[in-house]
Amino acid sequence: MSLIGRLAPQLIALVALVALVTAVFPGFLDISLSDGRLVGPVIDVLKRGAPVALLAVGMTLVIATRGIDLSVGATMAICGAVAAHAIASGWGLAAALALALGAGGLAGLWNGVLVAVVGIQPFVATLILMTMGRGIAQLITEGRILTFTDPGFAFFGSGNLLGLPVPAWLWLATGATVALLMRRSALGLLVEAIGVNRRASALAGVNATVLLIAVYVAAGVCAALAGIVVTADIRGADANNAGLWLELDAILAVVIGGNSLLGGRFSIAASLIGALIIQTIDTGILLAGYPSEYNLVIKAGLVLVILVLQSPRISARYRLWRDSRRLGREVRAAGGGRP
Amino acid sequence: MLLTIRSLSKTFPGTRALDAVDLDLRAGEVHALLGENGAGKSTLIKCLTGAYRRDAGTVTLDGARIDPASTREAQILGIGTVYQEVNLLANLTVAQNLMFGREPRRWGLIDSRAMRAEARALLAPYGLQIDVDRDLGSYSVAIRQIIAIARAVALSGKVLILDEPTASLDAAEVRMVFDVVRGLRARGLGIVFVSHFLDQVFDLCDRVTVLRNGRKVVTAHIAGLDRMQLIEHMLGRALEAGIHHDARADTSPQRPGLLRFDGIGRRGVLEPFDLAIGQGEVVGLAGLLGSGRTETAELMFGIRPSQSGRASDAAGPLDLSSPRAAIAAGFGFAPEDRKTEGIVGELSLRENIVLGLQARRGWARPLPRAEQNRLADDYIARLDIRTSGRDKPIGELSGGNQQKAVLARWLAMNPRFLILDEPTRGIDVGAHAEILRLIDKLTRSGMSVLLISSEIDELVAASDRVIVLRDRRHVAALEGPRVTGDEIMRAIALDGAAA
Amino acid sequence: MIRARMLPLGVTIAIFLVAWLLCWLQFPNILSTRVIGNLLTDNAYLGIVAVGMTLVILSGGIDLSVGSVIAFSGVFIAVTLRDTALHPLLVFALLLAITTGFGAAMGLLIDRLAMPAFIVTLAGMFLARGAAYMLSIDSVPIQHPFYKSLQSAYWLMPGKGRLTLIGVLMLLAVLAGMVIAHKTRFGASIYALGGGEATARLMGVRQGRTIMLVYAFSGLMAGLSGIVFSVYTGSGYSLSTVGTELTAIAAVVIGGTLLSGGAGHVFGTLVGVLTMGLIQTYIVFDGSLSSWWTKIVIGILLLVFILLQKALMRLSQSRLAQAGDPP
Repeated sequence: MSLIGRLAPQLIALVALVALVTAVFPGFLDISLSDGRLVGPVIDVLKRGAPVALLAVGMTLVIATRGIDLSVGATMAICGAVAAHAIASGWGLAAALALALGAGGLAGLWNGVLVAVVGIQPFVATLILMTMGRGIAQLITEGRILTFTDPGFAFFGSGNLLGLPVPAWLWLATGATVALLMRRSALGLLVEAIGVNRRASALAGVNATVLLIAVYVAAGVCAALAGIVVTADIRGADANNAGLWLELDAILAVVIGGNSLLGGRFSIAASLIGALIIQTIDTGILLAGYPSEYNLVIKAGLVLVILVLQSPRISARYRLWRDSRRLGREVRAAGGGRP
Repeated sequence: MLLTIRSLSKTFPGTRALDAVDLDLRAGEVHALLGENGAGKSTLIKCLTGAYRRDAGTVTLDGARIDPASTREAQILGIGTVYQEVNLLANLTVAQNLMFGREPRRWGLIDSRAMRAEARALLAPYGLQIDVDRDLGSYSVAIRQIIAIARAVALSGKVLILDEPTASLDAAEVRMVFDVVRGLRARGLGIVFVSHFLDQVFDLCDRVTVLRNGRKVVTAHIAGLDRMQLIEHMLGRALEAGIHHDARADTSPQRPGLLRFDGIGRRGVLEPFDLAIGQGEVVGLAGLLGSGRTETAELMFGIRPSQSGRASDAAGPLDLSSPRAAIAAGFGFAPEDRKTEGIVGELSLRENIVLGLQARRGWARPLPRAEQNRLADDYIARLDIRTSGRDKPIGELSGGNQQKAVLARWLAMNPRFLILDEPTRGIDVGAHAEILRLIDKLTRSGMSVLLISSEIDELVAASDRVIVLRDRRHVAALEGPRVTGDEIMRAIALDGAAA
Repeated sequence: MIRARMLPLGVTIAIFLVAWLLCWLQFPNILSTRVIGNLLTDNAYLGIVAVGMTLVILSGGIDLSVGSVIAFSGVFIAVTLRDTALHPLLVFALLLAITTGFGAAMGLLIDRLAMPAFIVTLAGMFLARGAAYMLSIDSVPIQHPFYKSLQSAYWLMPGKGRLTLIGVLMLLAVLAGMVIAHKTRFGASIYALGGGEATARLMGVRQGRTIMLVYAFSGLMAGLSGIVFSVYTGSGYSLSTVGTELTAIAAVVIGGTLLSGGAGHVFGTLVGVLTMGLIQTYIVFDGSLSSWWTKIVIGILLLVFILLQKALMRLSQSRLAQAGDPP
């Protein structure tokens, strides 16, 4: 299947959604240049969608291995707290970034070991860190909101590069790097193989244990990046609210991207479009002037419609209908004979 | 006549699975249903049990036309089924399984005491006196199979369909189940018996119906048939002359040694054993299910690492602590359970073939797509894998073609020692012969093979040497002229018949 | 012989008792009926919703919507009582009908569309929370006199402990859950589905009906929990009980139920809830520990239980393998 073919449902959903929002709020597609930076609702979507998009990159890989990572939101809080603590203690920007990414990697390693080595179901294994994570983050911030004023670090949340907000660059670059890494190397194939049948893959010599740990580490590092973005954006680490429930949005983005929760074939690009769809819904509802109370209901409704259209049973029905039509055509073309 | 099927047809998109099939089942008979894979046996059974709706034809049970829309409806009408994988729940107790859906109730709530008593009473005619309060999962497969039969009979009581019920039982367990089936025949049930094992068909059944390509070929009394006739009916052609043991006799018995296993074993799994394997040699492993055949392979391939002894080749000791280590040592292993251990179903045929090679190269050195295509096309042609294309998901291929793809995966890696666990299990007779020919060809070019099989004829035909296992021990080694069916049988059956 | 299926439950109870003993050694007061009464009252809403969650998990599913449904229930009750003259009992009946129907609808979607329960109930979580926002984004106090009497209803236990109405309600919910799980055909169907869907269907389980009913039951319990929570707090607030679904899942797991379905006990869930409550009580008693330690300790406890279950499973499997030879 070609890339466009694979992404078609998500692209159509996104275009339809943008059209819908534009119909209600005509200014949605307006982009202007001010102070060398692009501004407009679309740019806002690209920026605000960054945390979920970043999480979705790692989550796609985890879900491709038939796993799930509930802990990424809590990991964001931990990494944000670590970074803020490092900045506030005056250890410098490089140390803050390195420590935050390291903390994310460590969180992923913990999950990965529980899943791959100890053999705990991913849902339960990551539930542990999800429960503990905010406690650990609060331990680091000592229950306060740790604020700082380091323009270098704040750049990652509110800075601009070549007209686009830095968070947008960050998720675009992360998504492109990981997607290329997966498809240009054999990682994509190996990850899909262990997602479909871990035992058979291991017997064929695939190092399933290391790969599984690696995808959880990747999810942890992506969560660290997301944590850095939100912490830098508000110039403070809020252990209670940073990344709260974002794991659910990230999982939703991956599923809207047409990736099966049962593992196997995956597309990072599709997950990223899924993340954009979610953010467009959020921003669109706001811009369209609905009171924010209606936000969640409209979001739930739209998500439900998208999911129903993509549900296995409905798509199976569609395939059956398509195949029987094609078969009918072939039979007619063959003059009524059997193909 | 208990059950009469007339002109039953069923079509799926692209295939006509059943084409005007007739079948009669008498009360008090065991009726074998035979056919190669894809002959339509499962479709016929599913039409009877309500899992599929038929397109045309009639089914008459006890004089009344029936058309069950669900398994449940078929059960109520009197048609019960027992499948190869026991269709009961391991997490429920024996009593819960037996009485499921018919639990005795008092004041609307399940009466556990009455349920236990009824369950025990149900099992009594089968000579099973077990604790009905224990989880079903804590009993052996044979006992579970008998419990499944007891449930099906209690529920339905007219027609019992046994779909490969003995596939995962050893000889003693098969006898146990057959005694139960004979008892039910005496009670007047009509029993349909589906099996790949012709011995069992001759042993148990009264009549046989053979299907081929969705059509009925013949219905006959077993007593008037011999094996050859039956196989010819199933294949629709006379059996090609197989490879006989003497076909391999011309290869020199003095082979250069390739591998030595000294004292390899694992507690509770397999007694330590010694085995030397020559270059280009086929070593057969014979023994009943559970005798330690598959366990031997698992120890050699590092799936369950050995706790003692060592493995070595001419260059020195080998690390066999994991499948990856074994692969690095030049080993390959095509497991018995293709679906869960062999194929990666959702991936394409091409990806399945290159998977092992790619895993060995490491993730950083991907095989170029052109190279992958060349490899896949090469093996599709060489092994005659029937597929509409190399990018078809492997899960959509037939069992025999999946097996060939798993073989192709290993051949692409060019191992020096290939372990084949039941390579012909559940695949049709044509592909069967092809795989045996392939083994012969490979070993002539220098590869060594360990062949695990429960078909003694296959071992005799393909092996240079046969190791016999019993009770998790290697008990005999048969070489040269002693590799005959009789000798193997004797070694499997006799106590203390060490070579 | 202790049956393998009872082992996790036994361990759950043992850990609870040991934890209590440790707490008691440090704070002898913790054994008083006053503390026990508070434990039941404070965790009533969690216990009730966890009973529904247990059945859902036993069937092999998951229900992420319950936290939002509790919040919706509180807001619905508060707003209805504020804006209409309906009697609270009538409002309760109305609410339970709504939440049960909501659960049934999710069950229907899960079955009919063959979609993962995780995703459907996630959408349900957004929907219920969104509906609560639409009713009111502020905390709405409940001032109906009937509520006052509900809040002050208790039985005095020896030692001045108060066994409140909502505490009793939770115990009754647990009892009802136990009866449904272990004594009805519906309960047997739930275990069967959790043991394997395809097999359960072959055994005659009506899958669609069972799934719909089990989510309906979870919805009912979430509604009941919402009522109890509104009695407990005396208000309805759309931002309350965020994440309660995960606390409930944690309680179920600590209670010895396998998250993959088919094995576990409703009674264990009660013990799981009480264990978590005990940790919180301990931290309050201690006074010097910060609240975030609760989360960390519960996380550690989760880990311990999961590792324990894993070890038990390995043990029983290896025993089965060794005893597997003679039939």
